[in-house]
Amino acid sequence: MSEGPAEQDPELLRRLLRAKDRMDAASDEDWPVGRLASVSGVSEAHFARSFKQAFGLPPHRYLLTRRIERAVALLRDTDLAVTEIAFQTGWGSLGTFGRTFRDITGENPGALRARARATAQGLASVPACIVRAVQRPGLTIAVSEKRRQEAVGINRATDDNADKEIR
Amino acid sequence: MNQGIDVVGLYVRDQDEALDFYVEKLGFTVHTDVRNGDYRWLTVQHPEQPSFQLGLFVPGPPMHDAATAQTLRAMVAKGAMPPLVLVVADCRTAAERMRARGVEFTQEPVDRYGTVDAGFRDPAGNGWKMIQAKR
Repeated sequence: MSEGPAEQDPELLRRLLRAKDRMDAASDEDWPVGRLASVSGVSEAHFARSFKQAFGLPPHRYLLTRRIERAVALLRDTDLAVTEIAFQTGWGSLGTFGRTFRDITGENPGALRARARATAQGLASVPACIVRAVQRPGLTIAVSEKRRQEAVGINRATDDNADKEIR
Repeated sequence: MNQGIDVVGLYVRDQDEALDFYVEKLGFTVHTDVRNGDYRWLTVQHPEQPSFQLGLFVPGPPMHDAATAQTLRAMVAKGAMPPLVLVVADCRTAAERMRARGVEFTQEPVDRYGTVDAGFRDPAGNGWKMIQAKR
């Protein structure tokens, strides 16, 4: 598949964008490929392939980045408990949330909250959606792959402790 | 005003469609609509902002070769163009009116940071943020 993004049909791209917008608007909901494909009016196989080609990452991974982005915003801007944030951003369990959050951002939710509050100043004149998007995590590899890479690296013991903290 | 920004343009996929959207659905007015052969210079204005024109242009000749035009059309269609911000007096009322006219909202109005904001797209894919003016 060497076809570049520029060769995708703009009409298809517009419909893929609609599916992406729907995930953005309700990232806490479940978005199986079938649901997304029906928003775009294409088959499931076509959707998964086209979405990745258009936006550079598979739809489920895009959804993860939006959920984490939203969780980061809630950690920074509200006093909601981490458990509550996990449920509001679409996770069924606190353990999964904490693990995924740390795998993606490299920090525990609590640690990120403390750091974000200490540093988030002076952005009041930038539209909120832009500020949030800037803080969206880049997820260029699968979370499972990120885990695998970290598992063979350093800090294994520290990671285990961090995991326990969240649970 | 003697100096300042006069025109900023958007790329759209179809100028008739864009004209219908910005004039009929958003309430802008046409400032200039002139043709030279296949080329069409089309700008609209916000009714309360007579010194600023929003250009609605299609990628293509004579400005772009076919491959460049195709790339630009693709970028617009997947929402990759820069952010646009519209300020309104009442975000919820405006959103309701616009939705009734068929505007595609990407984000419902929400209270945030002491104001209300919503998001919508034009038919081509350009994304707008609509923010309620702080009083």
